[in-house]
Amino acid sequence: MASTAGVAPATPAPASDESGRRRGLTGYFLLVPGVVWLALFFVIPFYSLVAASLFDPSGSVVSGYEMTFHFQNYPDAIREYWEPLVRSLWYAGLSTLFCLILGYVLAYAIAFKAGRWKNLMLVLVIAPFFTSFLIRTLSWKLILADDGFVVNALQAVHILGAEGRLLATPVAVIAGITYNFLPFMVLPLFASIDKIDHRLIEASSDLYANPFVGFWKVTWPLSLPGVVSGTLLTFIPAAGDYINAQLLGSPNQRMVGNVIQNLFTNANDYPAASALSMILMILIIGMVLVYVRRAGTEELL
Amino acid sequence: MSSPADLTVQAPSSDDSFDGLRLRNVTKSFGSFTAVNDLDLDVPRGAFFALLGPSGCGKTTTLRMVAGLETPTQGSITLAGQDITYAKPYRRPVNTVFQSYALFPHLDIHENVAFGLKRRKVKDVDDQVRQMLDLVELDSQARKKPAQLSGGQQQRVALARALINQPEVLLLDEPLGALDLKLRRAMQIELKRIQTEVGLTFIHVTHDQEEAMTMADTVAVMNAGVIEQMGAPEELYENPRTTFVANFLGQSNLIVGQIKNRSSDFVTVDMHGIDVSVPAARAHVEGDKAWIGIRPEKVLIGDPGEELDAPGNSIPGGVVTDVSFNGVSTQYLVRMPWGQELQVFQQNTGHRRLYRSGESVELSWRPDYAFLLDHSQDARAGQEDDD
Repeated sequence: MASTAGVAPATPAPASDESGRRRGLTGYFLLVPGVVWLALFFVIPFYSLVAASLFDPSGSVVSGYEMTFHFQNYPDAIREYWEPLVRSLWYAGLSTLFCLILGYVLAYAIAFKAGRWKNLMLVLVIAPFFTSFLIRTLSWKLILADDGFVVNALQAVHILGAEGRLLATPVAVIAGITYNFLPFMVLPLFASIDKIDHRLIEASSDLYANPFVGFWKVTWPLSLPGVVSGTLLTFIPAAGDYINAQLLGSPNQRMVGNVIQNLFTNANDYPAASALSMILMILIIGMVLVYVRRAGTEELL
Repeated sequence: MSSPADLTVQAPSSDDSFDGLRLRNVTKSFGSFTAVNDLDLDVPRGAFFALLGPSGCGKTTTLRMVAGLETPTQGSITLAGQDITYAKPYRRPVNTVFQSYALFPHLDIHENVAFGLKRRKVKDVDDQVRQMLDLVELDSQARKKPAQLSGGQQQRVALARALINQPEVLLLDEPLGALDLKLRRAMQIELKRIQTEVGLTFIHVTHDQEEAMTMADTVAVMNAGVIEQMGAPEELYENPRTTFVANFLGQSNLIVGQIKNRSSDFVTVDMHGIDVSVPAARAHVEGDKAWIGIRPEKVLIGDPGEELDAPGNSIPGGVVTDVSFNGVSTQYLVRMPWGQELQVFQQNTGHRRLYRSGESVELSWRPDYAFLLDHSQDARAGQEDDD
């Protein structure tokens, strides 16, 4: 696979000292609101999360926690909860793959084939956001209900047995995640595909590439930035999602998000919950770094 | 409508042995707009052929139909005896140098040039690519990305990428349009050199009449979806058949006249009371009224009553209204008794004096240089200011 999307090497703008310094100060000034926001709502909570993950596990919310740099929390969390952890990555990966297939076709159609319907179709992609995430997932519960149309139809054609159901199965959870995160895949893909110069595709066809080969040699590599950002935007939140597993799945489809939520709110086991959060985050960052390096689009990060 | 083209030297013949590119009755409509109208065209193998016309005249559409990027609404296209009217672009032995170059931004120069060969699973691609990059003098740039090259270099990559496939016909869609004047001149010579070297058929689309005349053996002038006239550059320039060609290729003085007499050799025309004659071979008129055409550099200017070296048509009573001296020649505007201003270019040979604005002069030209066009045509068609 030919790698990077053609991005010209950035040439440093030669600026005089005077204007350069002023521009620098303006830049910092503009950063202030964002930095304050991140400090309040990311850095401080993150620090407290890291700290909580190293608390002595024998403490409790009532008696208070002691900071003992108890690194054993991490192996303990993995031993205890490796199953939902792996399941999360697996469900998120599958959903991302389905999102990519569905989203690519949709984004390609909107960018190249929609003509004057392009804007309307984009609005339709975003339209579900006008309703709450929870409401939409609850509607999926109705759609996939045991006596619902979908289950009845599948039973009628014997894809599902007479006692078969969709709710509380991995199918329902993955379908829900795929549905909920599809717009995050479609929008970056659309932005990438829409930018592709149609004359390049004509040129590939002029140079003996049939439409299939032309797609893999020209359209696909040029849309890679969208593929990478789309898969990241889908995979990362999907791996931490707990709504779909909770509403559409059963305890057997428990994902790591459900475990963390449960540990924090019901079991009050802050050290284990924090350690698990940290593990999930480190895993995702590691996977993303490897992935982006492989896809050869470092310019994105 | 295509009758002017039918009359030219390369008149379409109906034999099947023709091994060049042949378009027959090709029409292309986009909705209610007809871009190309019942076009007939023969391009012999190995020719450097130019399609010349103002923007929007249908020349690029014609090119795209030959490339297979558009499908004709009607008519047929054959190449070396094979019908390719509906063949997919990737199945035709035709390659294009696009106006925007359309180089693949994610591939380097070497990979760009190798693209066509790799799709056809040709052997020793690398060697051929190296030779081709050598030919266009870009061998040192092989591992750069297109965005790192200058406009002229990108243009040569686009040319190499198309040429390496040894197509039956190479299509060039205004390939020099984005280059500055100096580079354009250099590339014109380069292109001509490469065409002679590889001996392929080139079809060059351009709106630059000078470029078309410099490079091509045969020029077809296109206007509003129809070929107005086709032939060698000299022939088109010296003996235009329509006012559009007369104005689009260089400049022309067009003067109204009434035909008095037609003999086998000469047509005599009454031009505002003065009898002028035009060779019958250069008279392309149906009715009684006509446009008498004469190129500005063919008109001689002299003092009233002076014996000018141009037996035949001599027109007294002109007054110089504008003089512009530009070194090689002097351009005069001369107001004639009937109110029209004629253009006159005089070479600065040093033998003749310069006239000043307001001086009375006499104009003269040899009948052999004049041409006669049908008066039903618009005398301003094809002038540069109406593009």
